[in-house]
Amino acid sequence: MALAATCVLGVALGTVHLSLAQVFSALTNSATASVYSIVVTLRLPRVVLAALVGIALGTSGATLQATLRNPLAEPYLLGVSGGAAVGAVAAMMLGVSSAFWPVLAFTGAAVAVVLAIGVARGAGESGHTDVRVLLMAGVVVGAFANALIMILLANVPANTIRGALWWMMGSVADATWYTVAWLGVYVALGVAYLLIYAPEIDVLTLGEDSAAGLGVDVSRATRRAFLASAMLAAATVAAAGLIGFVGLVVPHMARAFGLSRQRAILAGCAIIGAILVVASDLLARIVIPPSELPLGAVTAVLGVPFFLIQLRRMR
Amino acid sequence: MIRYENVTIAYDTSLAPVVNDVSLEAARGSITAIVGPNGSGKSTLVRALLGRVPLVRGRILIDGTDAAAIPRKELARRCAVVTQREDTTFSRVVAEYIALGRFPQQGSWSAPASGDAEAVAIAARRAGVENLLGRVTGELSGGEWQRVRVARALAQGGEALVLDEPTSFLDVGHEMQVFELASSLAQSGAAVLIVSHQLNLVARFATSMVMLHCGAVVATGAPETVMRGELLERVYDWPLVVTRDPAVNAPMLVPLRRTT
Repeated sequence: MALAATCVLGVALGTVHLSLAQVFSALTNSATASVYSIVVTLRLPRVVLAALVGIALGTSGATLQATLRNPLAEPYLLGVSGGAAVGAVAAMMLGVSSAFWPVLAFTGAAVAVVLAIGVARGAGESGHTDVRVLLMAGVVVGAFANALIMILLANVPANTIRGALWWMMGSVADATWYTVAWLGVYVALGVAYLLIYAPEIDVLTLGEDSAAGLGVDVSRATRRAFLASAMLAAATVAAAGLIGFVGLVVPHMARAFGLSRQRAILAGCAIIGAILVVASDLLARIVIPPSELPLGAVTAVLGVPFFLIQLRRMR
Repeated sequence: MIRYENVTIAYDTSLAPVVNDVSLEAARGSITAIVGPNGSGKSTLVRALLGRVPLVRGRILIDGTDAAAIPRKELARRCAVVTQREDTTFSRVVAEYIALGRFPQQGSWSAPASGDAEAVAIAARRAGVENLLGRVTGELSGGEWQRVRVARALAQGGEALVLDEPTSFLDVGHEMQVFELASSLAQSGAAVLIVSHQLNLVARFATSMVMLHCGAVVATGAPETVMRGELLERVYDWPLVVTRDPAVNAPMLVPLRRTT
């Protein structure tokens, strides 16, 4: 209900406010051309894209926190954001058409993830993936990617830097049904995959030795969870740039509702993540119209106070 | 049921092995105890059973089959392990925690079955934690937590139970409860392998003891055979005497004050 209400508001409100009747008339194909265009071409894909980004980041964060047994883990901590940003900035610098930025961003994220997993796999006992090394490798790969971005941006025109910065702050403003379609397929497959393996992740939260004692192939399960969540996050980066804090705070919000089984947490994170990003995008549009705030900054402003309150409650 | 045959374990083949040529057997209907000072390789043997450390030589057999060749879930259905440490980052309700012990019985997608709820209830009753089922794991005392972990292993089912220092943090009453539970499991036909520092309790309850020192077996056999003063004094590097406790008719270790 809350998600549906947020989505309806997301479609109705903006630079041009629409009534609920106008929104529904557009959906039933009985609206004027301008209202139809605003609703179906501009706002609806934007709202759906924001929801998909929220679902992907929320479920990805929940899986990583459980797998790494670290409540501070989040998709961007693991080199995904850095790798994707290098890909996107390189694409901008090389003058690649913006339609292909997501492809290069995704490639950059994939390279970063594979690198981090490779390092962690080599460092573990007898080929096991060491989650501590995985976390550190992700952080270091991310730092390396940031250094690469600085080097790439050191000698480029100001407008390229502005474009890169805007992209790094995240936005769903350029949403199209095409982007919604490919991200939708990606998110559906990724979340279904995480749901299937959720009981295994439940057991992994007990620690590696205990999980092994319960019949889990710890190394394979860790890699599987890490790869699926990282690729989900990478897809969102490719579609909408970097949108921070969602993957970190949404799992905490789900647990604050008393959810503890991984499948329930994933379902909760999908709903809460979608609400958070759709609501953040709505705020980004209506606070200083006709200008827009960076979406990543709004999600951080909304997410950080909640997270600080949660930290204060921790014992 | 669980047999270690000439097991040698090294984390790095260029370094000395941490466990060297260890053979032992935990038979059905008995309690086998692995004892020894800190760092003697006791927990490493448990981790080897879980496939968490590499065997340089030897093998671990479950009813004659190499454990490494048994699918992980099947191994977990036959042999439950309570490891020395467990992660407590994310709390959950105790009943839900114990139900995780049913994981090896379930397929990836299957929801908990009615038999699972019954197994959880029986395990909780046997471990004496029925009154804790509604509590949250993060709020349990050290002793309660250990008993809940044993309950999770019991919910796992199987004919073998491996307990790695199950009485850490437990008071005398709860320590006795765990050993009595192990004893009743053994009497009902299970193979119980227990790693413990509580030599006096082990000497009372165990059918056989395996004393490790620096990764090697230095004594094995009935408690009376292993609980020898000169051996224990050498292994633990501390003055002590071994006497016989008349109240329970079992060997009893008494550490002495070191005279300067």
